[in-house]
Amino acid sequence: MISQFFILSSKGDPLIYKDFRGDSGGRDVAELFYRKLTGLPGDESPVVMHHEGRHFIHIRHSGLYLVVTTSENVSPFGLLELLSRLATLLGDYCGSLGEGTISRNVALVYELLDEVLDYGYVQTTSTEMLRNFIQTEAVVSKPFSLFDLSSVGLFGAETQQSKVAPSSAASRPVLSSRSDQSQKNEVFLDVVERLSVLIASNGSLLKVDVQGEIRLKSFLPSGSEMRIGLTEEFCVGKSELRGYGPGIRVDEVSFHSFVNLDEFESHRILRLQPPQGELTVMRYQLSDDLPSPLPFRLFPSVQWDRGSGRLQVYLKLRCDLPLKSQALNVRLHLPLPRGVISLSQELSSPEQKAELAEGALRWDLPRVQGGSQLSGLFQMDVPRPPGLPSHGLSTSAPPLGLGPASLSFELPRHTCSGLQVRFLRLAFRPCGNANPHKWVRHLSHSDAYVIRI
Amino acid sequence: MSQKKRQKPVVWVEQILLKMLPHQDEEEPASYRGSSGSCPGTVRKMPYLGSEDVVKELKKALCNPHIQADRLRYRNVIQRVIRYMTQGLDMSGVFMEMVKASATVDIVQKKLVYLYMCTYAPLKPDLALLAINTLCKDCSDPNPMVRGLALRSMCSLRMSKLDQWGQAEVLNFLLRYQPRSEEELFDILNLLDSFLKSGSPGVVMGATKLFLILAKKFPHVQTDVLVRVKGPLLAACSSESRELCFVALCHVRQILHSLPGHFSSHYKKFFCSYSEPHYIKLQKVEVLCELVNDENVQQVLEELRGYCTDVSADFAQAAIFAIGSIARTYTDQCVQILTELLGLRQEHITTVVVQTFRDLVWLCPQCTEAVCQALPGCEENIQDSEGKQALIWLLGVHGERIPNAPYVLEDFVENVKSETFPAVKMELLTALLRLFLSRPAECQDMLGRLLYYCIEEEKDMAVRDRGLFYYRLLLVGIDEVKRILCSPKSDPTLGLLEDPAERPVNSWASDFNTLVPVYGKSRWATISKCHGAERCGPELPKTSSFAASGPLIPEENKERVQEVPDSGALMLVPNLQLTADYFEKTWLSLKVAHQQVLPWQGEFHPDTLQMALQVVNIQTIAMSRAGARPWKAYLSAQDDTGCLFLTELLWKPENSEMQISVKQNETRTETLKSFISVLETVIGTIEEIKS
Repeated sequence: MISQFFILSSKGDPLIYKDFRGDSGGRDVAELFYRKLTGLPGDESPVVMHHEGRHFIHIRHSGLYLVVTTSENVSPFGLLELLSRLATLLGDYCGSLGEGTISRNVALVYELLDEVLDYGYVQTTSTEMLRNFIQTEAVVSKPFSLFDLSSVGLFGAETQQSKVAPSSAASRPVLSSRSDQSQKNEVFLDVVERLSVLIASNGSLLKVDVQGEIRLKSFLPSGSEMRIGLTEEFCVGKSELRGYGPGIRVDEVSFHSFVNLDEFESHRILRLQPPQGELTVMRYQLSDDLPSPLPFRLFPSVQWDRGSGRLQVYLKLRCDLPLKSQALNVRLHLPLPRGVISLSQELSSPEQKAELAEGALRWDLPRVQGGSQLSGLFQMDVPRPPGLPSHGLSTSAPPLGLGPASLSFELPRHTCSGLQVRFLRLAFRPCGNANPHKWVRHLSHSDAYVIRI
Repeated sequence: MSQKKRQKPVVWVEQILLKMLPHQDEEEPASYRGSSGSCPGTVRKMPYLGSEDVVKELKKALCNPHIQADRLRYRNVIQRVIRYMTQGLDMSGVFMEMVKASATVDIVQKKLVYLYMCTYAPLKPDLALLAINTLCKDCSDPNPMVRGLALRSMCSLRMSKLDQWGQAEVLNFLLRYQPRSEEELFDILNLLDSFLKSGSPGVVMGATKLFLILAKKFPHVQTDVLVRVKGPLLAACSSESRELCFVALCHVRQILHSLPGHFSSHYKKFFCSYSEPHYIKLQKVEVLCELVNDENVQQVLEELRGYCTDVSADFAQAAIFAIGSIARTYTDQCVQILTELLGLRQEHITTVVVQTFRDLVWLCPQCTEAVCQALPGCEENIQDSEGKQALIWLLGVHGERIPNAPYVLEDFVENVKSETFPAVKMELLTALLRLFLSRPAECQDMLGRLLYYCIEEEKDMAVRDRGLFYYRLLLVGIDEVKRILCSPKSDPTLGLLEDPAERPVNSWASDFNTLVPVYGKSRWATISKCHGAERCGPELPKTSSFAASGPLIPEENKERVQEVPDSGALMLVPNLQLTADYFEKTWLSLKVAHQQVLPWQGEFHPDTLQMALQVVNIQTIAMSRAGARPWKAYLSAQDDTGCLFLTELLWKPENSEMQISVKQNETRTETLKSFISVLETVIGTIEEIKS
């Protein structure tokens, strides 16, 4: 049972504080939590912390700390789930989750908390049910404009994809003022895949792991039915076979409880009547067997002169995406030996950038076209550790602390599993002429694409 | 009996309903798959999904005040609704109108409407709430038939679908239930099976825990459940939410304690990526250590070796310790990797590698040769106390196989004045004396210098005492030195002082899906200790025979001990000399004569306990070092008739209790009782002094 709930900014300032049971301490717990968190020894996890009979459990979301305290030995899975559900709910109601939106909407947040939790027990977290009780309207900072086409991304995340819905389109309150009906008829469907890869130094693939999600954010009136058609060759498990091609295969799938699977077996159609707000329709995983080639290959060569401490790293990055596709915001991170001082570089195109940051080399490539090949030559000076013999051997063995290289990137309009949304049909008939806008987007991204050197 | 009663009216109502339905169906056999036609006349050829028009038409009819006024026509429309319903058309659209129709005096109509409501209530829970009002009113109707009907309908309204939070609560609540029979148990498991597939991790884990606890007598069911929860757990381990990931990893470790091979084929899921926070990486390394097997050992070691050169020194050291613990099983590969790491000549790496070597040589003596070859040169890269101690110990114990051992130790002796850690000096004294025994010519001179320094110049009393002790020991003669310093050590392969490798599922099932695995057992123990100090263990038994009240019992506790009557039945012999070998042999050959559990809260001071036991003539044969969890000790005692008492003390901090197992070489219940009460008193007294 939850005793208290509070939200702290990234700097530890309390934004929201609510005590449900009055059984433990006062407001200073928020401060106590932040002090404990910052003073924690490195090998202890901050997820669950203890202080005088009180457990602090928190998640970090959009730079905020969402914390609950409890004095009982509760289910950690349940509590973390509740916290992330609360984060989604707050995002739904306030537009997006952030320090600014929370402090502008304090009244709304307290109203929500009042309904979600009673005496520390969860009442409901359904956007639908809560709608009936919430009176406060969200305060949005700046008016939303459809013409703001500068940058786009997943529910408003910043990427450089163009010609799709504007970034702020999805980051507005689900329950914004009832007057502007024209804006309400929108639905966003995103297929998002997170890729983690490990490649050995000889180029062989050690691990591929794809975590996929179909996320829906609906501004349509609740209860309007929609049908989502997936690629027909979509197979679940190793043995199933559909169609004559290689098929789109995933290892495991789980669906939200709202999804009606009557037509899934026959036509790969998901039927659902989503409530307003954000919802993960489907999750799936795929490991080891990718249908398409990996998006990137890295060919490193390292020259290391022990004697002079001169380290030369030549990196060639090849993008194996289809010619029409591109990768955005590619960043290569290469840990370097301790104490590297200078960096000189030769990059293959002007828009790239490379710098030393926190003991590592950071190479930014804003845009990489499919089929292209980019390279960078980096020279650094590594001070010789005192205990080492000075007879300088120019060896190919890399010095300690170099590598592995890891890439992070986004692949718009690309899914690594090959899964696509064939169609999104709405049974909903709007009152006016305005047809609902449907935005279907596909995106892969990775922050753990590791290549050993 | 009660079931029969309940079933009867159902049959009865259905029969009536069948009679009431017009028998049109028989004229035209059902074939509802037709695709054409939407006018009311040809309804039965409607496609499955196209019932909107029918619903619209029926809705209009039900709302029509003229029809409502005419009882027969009203009932007729309702009958049509029921008929379509039985044919499988979706009639939930007229729920509102049907609820209104339930407020009638026509009992046939009431029955029809109630039948309808029971079918569609789960789809329209909000509207069904409206019907409850009517049902409640009917429950106080003068007509018993109406009352019964209303009551029965109310019971069959299955509309409250629990959401995930409710499900988790219920699953948690069910933990308190004790099934009465095996049959009932499996019924429950079958009913709850679907929750293992829920999309919510909280529900899945709640269900898993319930299954583990209900099936505590069926290990194969438990294993089965753990196999099924593998998927959700692995998904959580690679979740985007690092908090969820961490909690899942803690639970994976918990499962691995009982089923070491459980996640072995998924070892890649536990590889660390550079962007992960430190605490997740550490958990993953632990998991990798525990799931390693013949098939994946190569890949896992390769991965761990990569971590050893991580920029974060803490993480690198954790990875080295991990390789060290894998080395207990896969010695050769690991020793080779560790040896290569020494070649990097990094202080933070070398010190940990040497510490790992020290533990390894003790546990797996077969690798001694390889370790001894790797050691030369290490001393240049070790600065910290732990690392120095480990290196000096290795040089002392295995110095005869390391050619330059005396010269390395000589360096330490030269610099002993500037040495800041007393523990290093103590280790140095012991090591040099040991090495002196095997290589006297090379060591004699510097041993003399070291002893001189320790006795004459050293400020730390412990070091000075140790120096004096060795000096006097040497005066007694070399044989005595050998006897003390090279006394036989217990065979580590017997594993008496090691952890039991596998723990049964039942030992942690009740901790599953709680905070215990997240904190770790030992931390949880300290937390619940300061948290639950009020709910202490049972009272200590006070009536025990205890003759010797030594100096260890402070004045304030004395009277409690002395009120005990001196039975004098048991006389333990002082100065019993048993070798560890002999003890082990005897211990393994005997059966446990008595076992019991005493409460024991909080920290342990093995030395105090050993002293206290000594006072009552119970000797300590072997003991875990202070701070080990679980902590164990082996004791021996003998009474004046020659009866041996061999005892194992096992302290489990997580349960705050001390388990005592006593074995006897002659079965004599009376003396056994007296012996146990002596033990109890000693342990009880120490416990009291402490608190």
